[in-house]
Amino acid sequence: MKATWFMLTMIGKDKPGMVAAISGALADHGVTLGETSMLRLGGNFTVMMMVSGAEDEQSLRNSLAPILESQGMCLHVDPIEGGLHKHVIPNVHVTVSGADRPGIVSQVTAVLAELGLNILDLESDVAGTEDKPIYIMQITAVSTLDIESIESALSAVRESGVSVSVSAIETYIG
Amino acid sequence: MALLEILQLPDERLKQVSEPVEVFDDELRAFIADLEETRLNGPAAVGIAAPQVGMFKRVVIIDCSTTRKPVPNHGYMVLVNPEITKWDGFEKGREGCLSVPDYTGNVIRATKITLSAKDPYGEPLQFDMEGYEARAAQHEIDHLDGMLFVDRVVSRRTDLFKRKVYQDGGTGKKS
Repeated sequence: MKATWFMLTMIGKDKPGMVAAISGALADHGVTLGETSMLRLGGNFTVMMMVSGAEDEQSLRNSLAPILESQGMCLHVDPIEGGLHKHVIPNVHVTVSGADRPGIVSQVTAVLAELGLNILDLESDVAGTEDKPIYIMQITAVSTLDIESIESALSAVRESGVSVSVSAIETYIG
Repeated sequence: MALLEILQLPDERLKQVSEPVEVFDDELRAFIADLEETRLNGPAAVGIAAPQVGMFKRVVIIDCSTTRKPVPNHGYMVLVNPEITKWDGFEKGREGCLSVPDYTGNVIRATKITLSAKDPYGEPLQFDMEGYEARAAQHEIDHLDGMLFVDRVVSRRTDLFKRKVYQDGGTGKKS
């Protein structure tokens, strides 16, 4: 039988023990994890996890209710299509950094979208200080274009004072 | 010639340390031919190490001449008893493995290495390698020591670029 997957999104004020509490509650109810992403964003701990093995959404919510309360987390559940073993290997890496201002992500990703790049992973952070914040973004993506075409399409962004570098990801398999 | 079966995680044998080759005979060279056939059959495999097919001898094959964008390389190489004698620099790059299907991750490797080895007839070899080819050699030699790239994968947040920028900035301020 094909596994039914749900995507759980959980957020709460960061403190030690949150992952243990969540994964413990799920394991106790026979729920297994697939691919997950868990990280601290601005003092909050954020969790997105694919889970399977739950009867339905309500039973998932029931399994998690006690620890959500004790951990002070909120939960969002979506049934999802798809499953495991669907990885796509990225071949382009884009690094962006510059003085923080509104619109950097939008400016860069608009160009990438126009080129048909598919973003697999984007992480961004604000570094620097309160009065001199620096925006730093890393994108890994898949593209059929060569690096030079992507580079030149991003020249307008570069002229606006943001530093952008594009490099090919040549994945070594051995 | 024969296709050999590739061991995959969680097969414990992949963690075994391989023994140096002492006899350079036809049997060794026949095995190398099979290993190469197996490498060519592997999806997009650039390199392969003997323990990946359950032969715990220090033999690896790499061929970095077929990347999308050409990289500095020495072409097809059979390295018997390879040893890295010099390391320089470090960089992050993406790796996958025939023994770990459907997973790729970032690994930090030395940028430049000097490597000595024997060829299939026992003649000494020495190479200076850089970048992708140096990565290939390090990945394969790891196999000989029972090490897989998944043991070395770094978090996506591990960012050499940022650290470099920080260092440059730091030096700039002081001068």
